[in-house]
Amino acid sequence: MSKKKEARKITFESEKEMPVAPMSLGSMLYNKTGAWRNIKPVIDLSRCIKCGICWKFCPDASIDIVDDWPQINYVYCKGCGLCAEECPQKCIAMVEEEK
Amino acid sequence: MKKVIMGNHALSYGAMLSRAQVIAAYPITPQTQVVELLSEMCADGTLNAKFIKVESEHSAMAACLGASLAGARTFTATSAQGLALMHEMLHWAAGGRMPVVMGNINRAMAPGWSIWADQNDSLSERDTGWIQFYCSSNQEVLDTVIQAFKVSEKLMIPSMIVLDAFALSHTYEVVEIPEQDKVDRFLPPFNPPWRLTPDDPHAFGGLTSPDHYMEFRYKLQKDMEKVPALVEETGKEYEKLFGRYLGQVEEYFCDEAELVFVTSGTAGYTARVAVDELRAKGIKAGNLRIKLFRPFPFEKVRDILSRVPKVAVLDRNISYGHHGIFYQEVKSAMYGQPSSPLIFGFIAGLGGRDITRDSYQEIAEYALNKNRAEEEIVWIGVKK
Amino acid sequence: MIEIRFHGRGGQGTVVASKILADALAKEGNYVQAYPEFGVERRGAPVFAFIRIDNKPIYDKSKIYNPDHVVVVDSTLVEAIDVTEGLKEGGCIIINSNNPPEHFRLPSKFKVFTVDATEIAVKHRLGTLAAPIVNTAITGAVIKILNLTRLESLVEAIREGISIKPEDNVKAAIEAYERA
Ligand code: SF4
Ligand code: SF4
Repeated sequence: MSKKKEARKITFESEKEMPVAPMSLGSMLYNKTGAWRNIKPVIDLSRCIKCGICWKFCPDASIDIVDDWPQINYVYCKGCGLCAEECPQKCIAMVEEEK
Repeated sequence: MKKVIMGNHALSYGAMLSRAQVIAAYPITPQTQVVELLSEMCADGTLNAKFIKVESEHSAMAACLGASLAGARTFTATSAQGLALMHEMLHWAAGGRMPVVMGNINRAMAPGWSIWADQNDSLSERDTGWIQFYCSSNQEVLDTVIQAFKVSEKLMIPSMIVLDAFALSHTYEVVEIPEQDKVDRFLPPFNPPWRLTPDDPHAFGGLTSPDHYMEFRYKLQKDMEKVPALVEETGKEYEKLFGRYLGQVEEYFCDEAELVFVTSGTAGYTARVAVDELRAKGIKAGNLRIKLFRPFPFEKVRDILSRVPKVAVLDRNISYGHHGIFYQEVKSAMYGQPSSPLIFGFIAGLGGRDITRDSYQEIAEYALNKNRAEEEIVWIGVKK
Repeated sequence: MIEIRFHGRGGQGTVVASKILADALAKEGNYVQAYPEFGVERRGAPVFAFIRIDNKPIYDKSKIYNPDHVVVVDSTLVEAIDVTEGLKEGGCIIINSNNPPEHFRLPSKFKVFTVDATEIAVKHRLGTLAAPIVNTAITGAVIKILNLTRLESLVEAIREGISIKPEDNVKAAIEAYERA
């Protein structure tokens, strides 16, 4: 994916093309925040107790719960480290991103 | 069916007949009975609605906004300090284009602590983007709720129905309660052009850059400008079904009058009696009662007032350091018109002080004897 | 147009009396407007209620300053306040009392009537012995003395508007009507 497309912004030439109420128009389809990441969370599932705290705290809703287990969506995870901070088991490690 | 009901219950019946689906409100004197009756209706199944108890008026409006965004027809009611606490959310409702309908009982703002009528509470919310209707009878309150839902939902702009504390809220009058099936014909279920749903996810009201913010405001104003015509249209439609016309203003003997009162709320009805008394004395008085205050009914007001020599605007409110608010609005509407009357501004009835037929005699005497507005504000009934 | 002022004490059902009367009058096609004193009601404090009656729509929304008639639900108020304030000459003053009208020594330009609504209320076990609810009995006397409406309309209004002991209230109103 080219950098240009990732940074795509929705702009309108005329008010007529705009919605009546201020609302998002799917900008997250283009705004793939995973590109911002320089450290990445990795979960050690052997120590995970499936409490879901990481899922709840992730500010970008980048953690899904799949069959009761947390799973990070790296397309959107921006590498903020909140999940690692909040995990009661300290089983999420923030590791250097290999670019 | 005719029923003797209080003004507050006229709001409740209006919401019931409109089949409001979500009601969130916080009680405050003199609004309490509105919510009491609605909560009973929700509890006994008369009204199939979700009643949300909240801890403040700010939360009440916030709950209404979420419900409205999810596609529910939403109603609430408040008064004075409660309305002021809602202020931030009022901008959200209008700016986010959520057609909530709300009753506001006009009560004076504290301090001094007051539970009695004046209009400074609702007029302080003049610029939030809400449609404002001022009512003079319990019948008008009920009918206006139903009409407001129709107008609001068509343009996705919220509406405030305003009635005076006690003089209307606690006064019992004979009210014709419309039949449900006829109301259903007039007001179909709410079907918004967008809604909050997982099937079509959007975030609402988020960060809006300088690239777009102004366009949203432009659109809101453009739609506001459509309200007067829509009020006329839906008013006529309502009249066909129920025999009662709901317009932007009520004219009473304005044609060829030498003096026209511009009034609103319950004082706008007492003015009619004063006009009768003046006419019996040979004075050609008239009354123009403003029902729709926002958007301001420019066309109607200009049309009627450009035909008369003198106008006396009665305000049960004041913009400190300026004038009565209706007075400002009428003057701005008449500015630059080819024929503009002499306009006098009077302030009366603040904090529940009564506005009587005698108040109007005093106003008429002043206005008829002056050839220019010498004072910016003429106070009626102040103990000087 | 007829304007009536009710005097009572908080907790006696004065406001309800004016509302029931309004209901009864509306049933006969009248336009009515009934309202309590615009304020805070406290048990035992003097309270007012007002009613306007007309055969055409009522536009006057100001308070009533010159009533045609006055109803005094609690006779101790005759001493405590001026129940004749603003009352029009020739107006009726209807007092709930077991004393004859002369007892109250009110100006002769008014017509004074008394009805023992308290006794009637106690007899029909309305409220408690210490605080009988006299409002429905009073309305029976008022419609008779002022010739306002048919008894049937009042009875109907009481049945629809009073949820506690409606039939006893009806009986009290009828008895007061007959004795007034
Ligand atoms: S690092 Fe931040 S963005 Fe990524 S999953 Fe954890 S909380 Fe979410
Ligand atoms: S917070 Fe830690 S323990 Fe809890 S679900 Fe997430 S990874 Fe597992």
